[in-house]
Amino acid sequence: MRTSFIAREVGGGLRRNFTMTVALIVSVAVSLTLFGAALLMRSQVDRMKGYWYDKIQVSIFLCGENSLAYNCTGAVTDTQRNEVRATLEGLKPTVQEMYYESSNEAYARFKEQFKGSPIIANVAPSAMPESFRVKLDDPSHYDEVAAALEGKPGVESVQDQRKLLERFFQILHGLQTFALAIAGAMLFVTVLLVMNTVRVAAFARRRETSIMRSVGASNSSIRLPFILEAVTAAVLGAGLAAGTLVAVKQYVIDARLQPNLTFIAWVTWQDVLAILPWLFVVGIGTAVLASGFTLRRYLKG
Amino acid sequence: MIRFENVSKQYKNSQRPALTDINLDIEQGEFVFLVGSSGSGKSSLLRLLLKEETATSGNVSIDGLDVGKLSNRKVPALRRTLGIVFQDFRLLPSKSVFDNVAFGMEVIGKNRKEIRERVPEVIELVGLEGKEDRLPSELSGGEQQRVALARAFINQPKILLADEPTGNLDPSTSVGIMKLLDRINRTGTTILMATHDVAIVDQMRKRIVQLEHGTIVRDQQRGMYGHTGH
Repeated sequence: MRTSFIAREVGGGLRRNFTMTVALIVSVAVSLTLFGAALLMRSQVDRMKGYWYDKIQVSIFLCGENSLAYNCTGAVTDTQRNEVRATLEGLKPTVQEMYYESSNEAYARFKEQFKGSPIIANVAPSAMPESFRVKLDDPSHYDEVAAALEGKPGVESVQDQRKLLERFFQILHGLQTFALAIAGAMLFVTVLLVMNTVRVAAFARRRETSIMRSVGASNSSIRLPFILEAVTAAVLGAGLAAGTLVAVKQYVIDARLQPNLTFIAWVTWQDVLAILPWLFVVGIGTAVLASGFTLRRYLKG
Repeated sequence: MIRFENVSKQYKNSQRPALTDINLDIEQGEFVFLVGSSGSGKSSLLRLLLKEETATSGNVSIDGLDVGKLSNRKVPALRRTLGIVFQDFRLLPSKSVFDNVAFGMEVIGKNRKEIRERVPEVIELVGLEGKEDRLPSELSGGEQQRVALARAFINQPKILLADEPTGNLDPSTSVGIMKLLDRINRTGTTILMATHDVAIVDQMRKRIVQLEHGTIVRDQQRGMYGHTGH
């Protein structure tokens, strides 16, 4: 069928059904904004976890040239480093795995994590301490490892990687679940709205559709304008949701949070842009499925 | 062209069958009146041809094509070879005469150029030239039926089915519509028209197939409504 013909049918349908269309757009926008917010929170958690968080439990930072810790007397020596490594080897099987990270590697990962933050400019590669990253057989064995290494020559500090961020992540996780729950409920409302809108539209146009059928229009071309109506509303709603997320990144995260909380790695534009297509996928998918299902029932042969 | 072989139709929730053991052959180019009182099975017969219903038993075929065995996906292709006119015209009230006629081409994906060429031809054929921009509500009943006929004929169907096309029209207007159907028939289009308009049937002297309680009680060439011809 010609596109201009379909476009006219769809445009006419949306106008005729104006209030329902607006309700549909708004509910799609709200549910997808919350869905997007939940995804954004997940990205934020991933961002803050950095490279190591899910892989290890303990970080042993070694002395650098400018370390201020009391048992650091200049940069760690090769002997000291080997000594630490040997100690960790001796702690097996409590120490399940260990990785060595040089300052250069640490700097590269830092840059990746804080991408887009002004803090990068203030940190030199030499300021990033080299470290051993240790995976434990059981996180509660942290004390054992800490006792063996704290205060050893060349060791600047031993950190329980999880203690630092656990609470914050718990809060974010709670918010994320909450947002997803509301998004799910709104999506359900959206499905009902799509079904109702399509049903009303199919009823209002039963004359057209019966004539279309009698002159031999295919089932898909009879249903297409209705599905496209729902999809158009979904795309507009998803667009609003995408706009809201972009605004949050631009005016809340970049303009307010990042300058004041520079020690936190914030979600980047790349993270935000990775989320946006999913809003459209979910929005359009919902519209197509809900309208297709309704039409099967109300536009039968 | 159109063939019914031992066709019966029993609707669910209905006591007696709508059609019983129908055998009917209609050749290409024929003009056939399907007559009989309300409930005699005229509409059921037309619905079987359109595959709006499927026969309970027997075969319905058009041009050798077994309509009953047609998959749902192929039904639209069948309907494109048929033109249909109804008693109540079934025009789209918000579309002009031109757009109503063009609708028949638009829904099957004809391009704008074909539509611009073909629609005025058919509007002229049905005698509505100069009224292309009118809305159906601005037309008389006869004119509306002409628009419906133009739409049914726009894709040059081999068969035109008409279900009481003059049922809502006064006698003199009906004559005009019948002349038009006759003209369409002369282009080689087979016409099957369900009606109980005695005057028209008697005037036209075409083949008559009469249904009574779902069976064919008369099939007569050049017949008259009330007479069996014997």
